[in-house]
Amino acid sequence: MDRLEGLSKLAGLERYVGDLLVEGCWWGATVRSPSPRGRIRRIRFRPEVDWSDFAVVDARDIPGANCIRHIEDDQPALALDRVRHVHEPVLLVAHPSRSAVRRAVRAVEIEVDEDDPVLDFRSAPRPAGIQHGTDNVFSRITIEKGDLESAMAEAAYIVEGVYETGAQEHVCLETQGMLANVEDGVVVVRGSMQCPFYVKEAISHALAKSGDEVRVIQTPTGGGFGGKEDYPSMIGVHAALLAQRVGHPVRMIYDRREDMAATPKRHPSRIRHRTGVDANGRLVAQDVDILLDGGAYTTLSPVVVSRAAIHATGPYACTNARVRGRVVLTNSVPCGAFRGFGGPQAHFANERHMDVIAASLGMDPAELRRRNLLRDGDATLTGQIIEDGTDRVALMDRALEIASVPEKRSRHREFNRSHAYLRRGIGMAAVHHGCGFTGDGEDRLDSRVEVAGLADGAIEVRTASTEMGQGATTILTKLAADRLDFDPRRVRIAPPDTARVPDSGPTVASRTAMIVGKLVEDACDDLRRRLGVAPSCDGEALAEALRGWHLAHPRLLPIGEARYRRASAQGWDASRHRGDAYGAYSWATQVAEVEVDLRTGVARVVDFVSVQDVGRVLDRLLATGQVEGGVAQSLGWALLEQVRFDRGAMINPSLTEYAVPSCRDVPPIRVEFVESPYAGGGQGARGLGEIPADGPAPAIANAIADATGSRPDALPLTAERLAAVIELVPRGGLDGAGTPT
Amino acid sequence: MSVRIEFRLNGRPAAVTVDESLRLLDLLRDELGLRGAKEGCAEGRCGACCVLLDGLPVNACLVLAVQVRGSAVETIEARDESRLQALLRSGATQCGACSPGVAQTVLWIAEHPDVAESFALEDLLAGHLCRCTGYRGIVEGARRTIEAEKA
Repeated sequence: MDRLEGLSKLAGLERYVGDLLVEGCWWGATVRSPSPRGRIRRIRFRPEVDWSDFAVVDARDIPGANCIRHIEDDQPALALDRVRHVHEPVLLVAHPSRSAVRRAVRAVEIEVDEDDPVLDFRSAPRPAGIQHGTDNVFSRITIEKGDLESAMAEAAYIVEGVYETGAQEHVCLETQGMLANVEDGVVVVRGSMQCPFYVKEAISHALAKSGDEVRVIQTPTGGGFGGKEDYPSMIGVHAALLAQRVGHPVRMIYDRREDMAATPKRHPSRIRHRTGVDANGRLVAQDVDILLDGGAYTTLSPVVVSRAAIHATGPYACTNARVRGRVVLTNSVPCGAFRGFGGPQAHFANERHMDVIAASLGMDPAELRRRNLLRDGDATLTGQIIEDGTDRVALMDRALEIASVPEKRSRHREFNRSHAYLRRGIGMAAVHHGCGFTGDGEDRLDSRVEVAGLADGAIEVRTASTEMGQGATTILTKLAADRLDFDPRRVRIAPPDTARVPDSGPTVASRTAMIVGKLVEDACDDLRRRLGVAPSCDGEALAEALRGWHLAHPRLLPIGEARYRRASAQGWDASRHRGDAYGAYSWATQVAEVEVDLRTGVARVVDFVSVQDVGRVLDRLLATGQVEGGVAQSLGWALLEQVRFDRGAMINPSLTEYAVPSCRDVPPIRVEFVESPYAGGGQGARGLGEIPADGPAPAIANAIADATGSRPDALPLTAERLAAVIELVPRGGLDGAGTPT
Repeated sequence: MSVRIEFRLNGRPAAVTVDESLRLLDLLRDELGLRGAKEGCAEGRCGACCVLLDGLPVNACLVLAVQVRGSAVETIEARDESRLQALLRSGATQCGACSPGVAQTVLWIAEHPDVAESFALEDLLAGHLCRCTGYRGIVEGARRTIEAEKA
């Protein structure tokens, strides 16, 4: 089956929120804080703009609670008297003309009595810097297992390391955008988003509206990657406030600079590892300390640090461990969800550290991993017994085989001996990713799905799962069609519209194919039951029963329903982070080959292999695309993408100044799947969206370490930064032998 | 200041009065309702607004509307959808925001075999940023489009 909306996208026919033509629409824009921290002294509206033509909304105009509803209600929709980061929203303005509204934004001056901002998450704040609780810690978590100190004392070796990663901007090709209107007393918001029910909840809360008075409809979404998990609640509230004020539809579409400067980033991290290893290379004691930069408000940070902690010891059997995680406040743009959600930071540190351990022991890095990878029956950090049929050692060995690791290593030795300034190396990472929400999170989501039998003989699948490029529409269509033995052309996916679909949870956490997909199958089964069709009957019998139903009940749709139920065996103690953290895990080994130019510090990835077990692969082309795209994004995070901050503000918010990979930066990526089906997922699927982004950065860094004998322990490894950790060769090469290529 | 310009748009004559500071991208999208070209970066880096100007791919965000006076502009809307099958089947599109621009360049390459033979596809396509695919699908789709159109 081809991607259902693919041709429409290629042909330029897909209508994103910025493409919708709306009669009488006004443009909305945001006036933002110029200061990282302080009290707003005065807001001056300069007279070159005739302000009587404009609608202006400030914090006092918010009818409900002035906050963006996430985990805590600490982030205002509009700053009232204090600001906590540059680019924090302070005012909204609207006008029928887009250029006029842009002029108006420039004509507002916000004067702030500044306090000293907290800018470096790695240093403890001074008392005057405390802005959250007593210590600026948004959330802390400790996971303990076994007896760490005794095991550490008995270990044959103790290896330590400190690893750092930088912020990353999502760079969805479609920027954030919303269109709001009040229709018959209902606030209707259309826009680019991953989670329509999050946006609905945020608007209800801020505008003091009941659930019936707010309707949120997802428009085709040009990339998400987590960037459209929490921020659409902000811009959705803003657009709704303006629409309510002006009485016309209001559109807010961020340009690239605003989108990059003002929206959440991947959390920067510093992670310390102290590991006890026995004489046979078994990890016997793992002490991990995770510190994340949360930015100015809580947003989703407590869940990000939790996921980072749970993944901190990697896909290895774990007997004695202590993992501590903290996420702290700084006066910079809040960090939020980004593909992997704490996993990539945890895996970067852990997989770099595995190579550092291997080097300390004089052991082959693959062999060290082989001795420690989880076998079925082993327990994870949280005490979850893994018994899912994946042979993680075989999976890793398959990746090494495809990548020809031993042959490459010996060829590289030869090459590196003879070449004046190029160094080649190969590196690997073994990673895992918990699928769906953590612990009892899926119970709390209480996801529901409906499948309706329409009068025209088609089936309508109603979920809140959004298509953002990952292929949800195609996958859910396929799952329903296969389950009902229907032609996929007779399956329709209802638009994610909170007035039309049940809440099947957010489109995040690699949960759509697995959890929502399974619910679609269950709802299909329920529809059969309601139509009185035996499970064994084919699609024709079902179609016949559907015709019969509509003859008998002309105005009543038969609707199959399903609701999430956790497998009874899955136990979780949230207070201690003990037990079954996820219903299933996906597993991967990724191998990168790099070439480093010792004259410049430029590292290029020349080959990449990704082997993963994501359960049953539902569509090979779509699944391969998820892997390739995740690898490319992570390659960018590892080598190219550097968010530069000044006083907590991104000062390179453009695609000229912030480099994302182009097709010249991405090597051929060889993708192979191992398929161990998971009974709790649609057709046996496990999560796929995020695991591809977990391993590339450590694999690339390990390859650079292999090539150069250096310790590239801090991302991004841009040429400038890599040049600081490797020994450069003068341009022109040694003895004049090298010439630029 | 407003300026009246005449040009050819998707094979037909067009005449519009535009502000001299208006970008071609805004003329196409806002004034003429052709919304296939997208604004991705507004500074010529991402290629999402690619259109053909006198037969050459350009970023419409970097061209002023007045510059197309007397020229021929072709947008994705003028392209035959059947020529996009190879891109679709190679996995060249995911979120789709870069796709109309990518498709423009790929079809243009397919129409210029000499260009396709002289340059690597990775170089010809490097002006299009895609955040979803990792580019394999795009490059593979370009190769298959060129193959299909050679035959």
